[in-house]
Amino acid sequence: MSSETQKILTTDGIPLEESLKKAEKKNKIKAFLLVAPLLLFIIITYIFPIGEMFTRSIDDRMVTNMLPKTFKAMETWDGKELPSEEVFASFLSDYRALAEKKEHGKLGQRLNKEKNGFNTILKKLFRKMKKFEEGNAKEQIMAIHKRFRDVKYWQAIKRTAPPYTMGKYLKGMDMYLNEDNKIVQVEEDRRIHRILWLRTLEVAFFVTLFCFLMGYPIAHLLATLPMKYSNLLMICVLLPFWTSLLVRTASWMILLQQQGIVNDFFVWIGLVTDDNRPEMMYNKTGTYVAMTQILLPFMVLPLYSVMKTISPSLMRAGKSLGGTPFVAFWKVYFPLTVPGIGAGCLLVFILAIGYYITPALVGGASGTLISNQIAYHMKATLDWSFASAMGLMLLTGVLVVYWIYNKLVGIDNIKLG
Amino acid sequence: MALPKYTEPHYRIWHYVYLFICACVFFFLIAPLFVIFPLSFNAEEFLVFSDGMKRLDPEAFSLRWYEDMIYGTKNPWGLAAKNSFIIAIFATLGSIILGTVAALGLSSRHMPFKGLIMATLISPMIVPLIISGVAIFFFMAKVGLAATHLGIILAHIILGTPFVVITVTATLSGFDHSVTRAASSLGSDPVNTFLKITLPLILPGVISGGLFAFVTSFDEVVVVLFLAGLDNTTIPIQMWTGLREQLSPTILAVATCLIVLSVLILVTAELLRRRTERLRGINR
Repeated sequence: MSSETQKILTTDGIPLEESLKKAEKKNKIKAFLLVAPLLLFIIITYIFPIGEMFTRSIDDRMVTNMLPKTFKAMETWDGKELPSEEVFASFLSDYRALAEKKEHGKLGQRLNKEKNGFNTILKKLFRKMKKFEEGNAKEQIMAIHKRFRDVKYWQAIKRTAPPYTMGKYLKGMDMYLNEDNKIVQVEEDRRIHRILWLRTLEVAFFVTLFCFLMGYPIAHLLATLPMKYSNLLMICVLLPFWTSLLVRTASWMILLQQQGIVNDFFVWIGLVTDDNRPEMMYNKTGTYVAMTQILLPFMVLPLYSVMKTISPSLMRAGKSLGGTPFVAFWKVYFPLTVPGIGAGCLLVFILAIGYYITPALVGGASGTLISNQIAYHMKATLDWSFASAMGLMLLTGVLVVYWIYNKLVGIDNIKLG
Repeated sequence: MALPKYTEPHYRIWHYVYLFICACVFFFLIAPLFVIFPLSFNAEEFLVFSDGMKRLDPEAFSLRWYEDMIYGTKNPWGLAAKNSFIIAIFATLGSIILGTVAALGLSSRHMPFKGLIMATLISPMIVPLIISGVAIFFFMAKVGLAATHLGIILAHIILGTPFVVITVTATLSGFDHSVTRAASSLGSDPVNTFLKITLPLILPGVISGGLFAFVTSFDEVVVVLFLAGLDNTTIPIQMWTGLREQLSPTILAVATCLIVLSVLILVTAELLRRRTERLRGINR
């Protein structure tokens, strides 16, 4: 009783605390309702599809659905010696059902990926099984080809039983699951994906480094010059920033071609002879040069916005306290620009690691990156589950970079310029 | 940046080296754009400066590639330009509306789970485009919007809203909320308050976010490559095909037009920025 009387009441007799909570809740709902349309839109059209990429990348239900009876019969099989008559009979009946639906070809292709030579013997089975007699499936199937008598082929079928597989991810790292269920690497001369991953990292790293080395001085100049000059010079940064990516790539294609201006210049200053012009496009050089120029504004703008806030008196104070200009710069100015460096490097690195258009146009065979491989599987081979797997591996890499950045610098320091 | 008189000689030299490096970088940034202009007026079919052009012979220059761009056979650029503008305009409008409303909610101090929601909303900007392209393609294919204008517009709204959300929340962070309270206390309903009070004040932020969204859509090629059919070809797609197959001077004519467009956008963005700075100056 006593505690109730102490509570402050509003005019309509409700305790103030409750009334405030109610108002707070109302405001929360109001704010949330404003965000809700966009949030729902992004979740449905964007976040869910990314999740769907994951299910697609591990989905291996095709064979599971094609051979239901076989897998049921195989449950009791230990996988060491040839399976029993029951397994053979169920396999034959599953295969007949598939042949009726004209889907047996797909099974052959899929199993051939698991064990080389499967497609041939399945085709043979398809031709011969019309003449099969009732019963005794094991002997009749084994008579078709000696591979049916090899336990490895039956083990291959059993391996495809689980509805989910990590196979695509292993393939993205040039590995696979062998007969003994162990993860092994593919032969040395077929490890194409690992080369691409390394090259992507290398290109992203060096492009970030070049952008930093070139962007830092000019951001500093822009931040220290008087307004009327810096505004003019800022156009040099902003005009490429607003110009179409394809336009800038096109201009590099013109500049770097063998009869192009850069080569003309090299010949003119005598660096190379006219009949020995170097190939600067359709290789890594082209990718580096074009990507550095295209991504440079993304480095300069965050650096500039941080440097703009550093008071010039700090450098003067450093010098007046006895530091040489270099010491004053290194001990005073540089540490203050670290948030800008972090933001710029993160931005450039993330953009570079997922770059697609420029490498595809000026990169040639030795300059393509992992995104080109993803696009190739999306558009040419139509192996969408593999494209999804590689996309998610790339995304994981990007998220790791963000996480490191957040630990080192803090994510709130990103500015658009 | 004049050096004080007492500067020692080796610092003086270093200073000029530094200025020279900066000049080189600025040249590296801007010069490639200027190659396109003269070559687009080339009378010949090759993408190098002809001897006539080097002598500034008027006959070496012509407008034939601009004619080809506008009246050429099987003219693909007209359709592409039409599609590009339709898609970019609707995508910008969609991004502005969704993004501004969301930014209003996000900058309310009552907003729950602010960090998580903000991260979700700007994720399309963070995730590499190729992954966005794959994910959006899967969605659009499932709902039957692949190879339609609507599908591409929706995809570009996804990519464009983060810019609007960021610029508008930034504008709202310096926003004096007492003016909206004053409006409400004078009897204005929330919608009216928004249209008459809030919107005019945050308009520069909205427009500059809209500019980002417009440029993103107008220049976007990765997602469109997955989504577009023959009827939805856009300028970037057309350029992409052209650059892959054969580099014809017509592409340079188009590129010149695009550079002119980006100069216009740059000027608009710059005027807006100065206006905001001036307004802030008065407020201070």
